[in-house]
This record gives sequence, structure tokens and C-alpha cells, in this order.
Amino acid sequence: MLETFIEFFRQLADDHPRWNFIFFYEPRQWARIVKGLQYTLILSFACVILSVIIGVVGAWLQSSPSKWIRRFVQGYIQFFRNTPPFVQLLFFYFALGQFTPAVTGPDGWTEIPIISNVGWAIISLSFFAGAFNVEIFRAGIEAVPESTQEAADALGFSRMQTYKEVVLPLAFRVSLPALNNNLVNLVKTTTQAIGIAVPELLYQCVSIWNDYPSAQYPTMLLLFFSFIILVGLLVFGMHRWEKAMYIPGYGE
Amino acid sequence: MSTQSWTDSQPIVSIKDVHKSFGNLEVLKGISLDVMKGEVVCIIGPSGSGKSTLIRCINALNDIQSGSIEVQGIEVNDKALNKLELRKKVGMVFQQYNLFPHKTALENVMMAPIKVLKQSPADVEKRARELIAKVRLQGKEESYPGELSGGQQQRVAIARSLAMNPDVMLFDEVTAALDPETVKEVLVTIKDLAEEGMTCMLVTHEMGFAKEIADHIYFTDRGVIVEHGPPTTFFDQAKDERTREFLSQIL
Ligand SMILES: Nc1ncnc2c1ncn2[C@@H]1O[C@H](COP(=O)(O)OP(=O)(O)O)[C@@H](O)[C@H]1O
Ligand SMILES: [Mg+2]
Repeated sequence: MLETFIEFFRQLADDHPRWNFIFFYEPRQWARIVKGLQYTLILSFACVILSVIIGVVGAWLQSSPSKWIRRFVQGYIQFFRNTPPFVQLLFFYFALGQFTPAVTGPDGWTEIPIISNVGWAIISLSFFAGAFNVEIFRAGIEAVPESTQEAADALGFSRMQTYKEVVLPLAFRVSLPALNNNLVNLVKTTTQAIGIAVPELLYQCVSIWNDYPSAQYPTMLLLFFSFIILVGLLVFGMHRWEKAMYIPGYGE
Repeated sequence: MSTQSWTDSQPIVSIKDVHKSFGNLEVLKGISLDVMKGEVVCIIGPSGSGKSTLIRCINALNDIQSGSIEVQGIEVNDKALNKLELRKKVGMVFQQYNLFPHKTALENVMMAPIKVLKQSPADVEKRARELIAKVRLQGKEESYPGELSGGQQQRVAIARSLAMNPDVMLFDEVTAALDPETVKEVLVTIKDLAEEGMTCMLVTHEMGFAKEIADHIYFTDRGVIVEHGPPTTFFDQAKDERTREFLSQIL
């Protein structure tokens, strides 16, 4: 079965030189794709989680009684929303990366920065998407009636408890569709990590077609296909979540 | 604790010369009243006269500019007020029920004792089920607020407040948003409570109910208490022109 599959693509490359699906029949290229997928998954997963956390915390801070905290959050949002994420990525890696300490590697002489390029990609993309998530959650929070929070207040809930037990669960439900969109964008934006040589899927594909120009169309196809699947899984998961959070008689 | 000095012979809620403004608008212009333990007090008066504001000041949902409000010896008008201690003593029921829409009736009742009082969930659940039975909602434990009628939601809200074991219950026009048919079931619940000796302060437009249940009635207009007295004398022998006019309109 697998044999026929491999043989088919080897033959296809022979017959039609522009359709060289080299990664399907050459194990070394396949290994590159697998590695690329792994990194794309790691980036996506880490950034989705982190950016949602940033969104939740940021939205909480935006309702802080301190004017300075609110201004700080507002400044953060303005900066990350109004500048290109690719430039942010380069800035984090090349500018901030210089100031983070490095440790000496096991060989005794190489300097390994404590935050790798993968680390910087995760940080920068998370803050980028997080800025939008703060806004998204804030809109959700504003949709929670003041009177519902007041009821929690009157029952003795602290500000934190009211946020965690009442405001967030309700705000989440309102925010899900917008959050969904932003996370889809985030997953697609992980390809920009190629700019700082994170070996994710786009990086691997570009390397393959640089080495084998005949593999360019197939690798592009693979890229589209992979992201359709990846984003499809995310959207499927989000819809499942939305369903699980459905409350009978609420929000119709 | 400051409550140690408080005894049953003193008013459980003692309001003295309270002034409250929203910006330039003075809403409470020197309100004084005392409520003894076990008493049922009704506050009536035209819309906008400051009834809700007064009720909300008692559990510090609004702050006051001057005067004093003491609940079992806790001074509410105190910068260092421990709001949690106050809110353990004071239960509040709102006109719009304000249930947590993402929690079932049972969970609504259980939430505060578990999260705020840190009581064991098993004990709380047992008590919550009893409270739901008490407000005559057996069988609705697993329903969400959106699946309940207004009257049913309001009774869940009452049970939710009672779960905190308050010493005083505040009701702010709790039947005003209800269909006429369901008003009664809520009033019956409040009456049960009053008969068990719960101290209650009610803002209401249900004059028949006030007459039946209240130990004392206060009539407020434009931020002052115009007239007050036990229901027998209050309804039949109102002295102030404003009171008589209000009563003639509403009765
Ligand atoms: N949060 C607020 N901000 C400004 N004005 C308020 C606020 N709450 C109430 N008021 C005003 O205070 C007055 C008294 O309101 P309220 O206490 O709700 O009266 P009542 O419950 O007797 O109808 C009204 O004129 C109202 O507009
Ligand atoms: Mg009112």
C-alpha cells in the first residue's frame, strides 16, 4: 500500500517534472516536513494558550482602579495592534534578544541565549494576538450586565472572585466568535517565524524548494493543505467548546 | 470584633441623618430610621424618591456622604469598612433577580457559601436543596435561570441570599418586574420568612402586602422620610398631605 503510494509519486515526478512531491518518496525530505509540522504545532499551541492568558489578564487589568495600569494596558494594545507583527518579531529577536543573558553550552564555549528564536517567536506572536484578545474579552466583559456583578458583590464575592466566577464565564461566551477569528489568524501568522529562522513548516518548505526547484508547486500545495487542516481542527475545537458552554435559555 | 458590643436590645440596623448625593443631585437628605431584630419594615414612596439608594447604602453598594449606618454594630460609613463582614450579615434581593445565568438554580444558591464562606460543598448542597424546597421550587434545582419564570427566578434569588445566613434581608421592589400571577408566590415566600422572624426591609408598591406584613411603614418623598408609623395608623390616619395623595393614587 505505502509502496504503491511512494512509487506513484516517484513516477509522477519522472513524468511531470513540475510535480515533484519529493517529500513523499524521499525520507530525508519527509523528515523535514515532519519537523516543520512539529514546530508549527508547537508555535500554534503555545501562542494560542499564551495569547488567551494575556487577553484574560489584560482585560482584568483594564478594569483596574489604577489609572496607570489602565494606561499601560492601553499603550500595549495600541503598540501591538498598530504595528506589523513581522516587524514586532524582528524587533523582539534582534533588539530585545541582545539584552537577554546567555549561558555557556555543554561544550564549554558556545554561548546559548536563554531565549531561543523559537522562544522569541512564541513571545512576540503571543503578545501580538494577545493585544487583540484583550480587546475581544473587554467587549465580552462589557456585555455582562453591571447588575449581575452587583449581585455577586452583594453576596460578598471579592473583585477577583466576581471576575473569575461570574464575569469571565459570561464574557467568554460572548467573545468566542471573535476569539475564534483571532486565533485562526494567529495560527496562520506563525509562518512569519520563518523571519527569524524558526524551523517551522514554511521554513522547511522553502528550504526544500530551494534545494529542489521542481518541488515548489507540491510544497506550496502541502502548505495550503496543512493549514486548512490545522485551522479546520482549531475551528472544530472552538465550535465544540462553544457547544459545551451553551446554557439553556441564555443568550438567544 | 466591633459586633461584640451589639445586643438584641439595640436596633439591628440603625440609620442616622444619612445624606447621599450623585454629583449635584442630593438623593437622600437626612434619613434616620431604626430597625429592631425580627422587625419587618416597608419603605414606600414615589419613584425617584431615593428608596433604592437607601437600601443600597445599607450594604455599601452605594457610599454615603455623611451620617451613619450601623448594621449590628458595624459602621458602614467607614473608610476601613470590612465589606465582607457587612455582606455576610445583609442579604439583598433585586428587582431584576440578577441570577447568574450560567449556573443552575442549585448552583446559584450554592456558589456564595462555597466561594465566599469556604464551606464544604456537601454541606452547602444539602442546605441549598432545603432552601430551594423552602421557596417551593423542588424539581427546578437543575434548571437554568433562562428556563425559569420571573417569579421562579426571584425565589431562587431569595434562596441564594438566604444561603449566606444573613441577619437582615433587603428587598428592593422584588415583585415590580413580575407578571401579576407570579407576584403572589414571591410575596408568600417573603411572608414565610418574616413569620420565621427574619428581619426584613422591603421597598414595595404592594400596599395590601405592606399592610399585612409590616411592623412599621416609612413613606419617603424626595429624599426625606415624610411620615412613618405602624400600618394600622399609617394607612388610616396619615397626617401629611403628600402621604395622603400618594396613598389615594396607589390604593
Ligand atoms: N448611580 C446613580 N447615578 C446618578 N443618579 C442616580 C443613580 N442612582 C440613582 N440616581 C438618582 O437618584 C434618584 C433616586 O433614585 P432611586 O433611589 O432609584 O429612587 P427610587 O428607588 O425611590 O425610585 C433618582 O433621581 C435617580 O435618577
Ligand atoms: Mg427603586
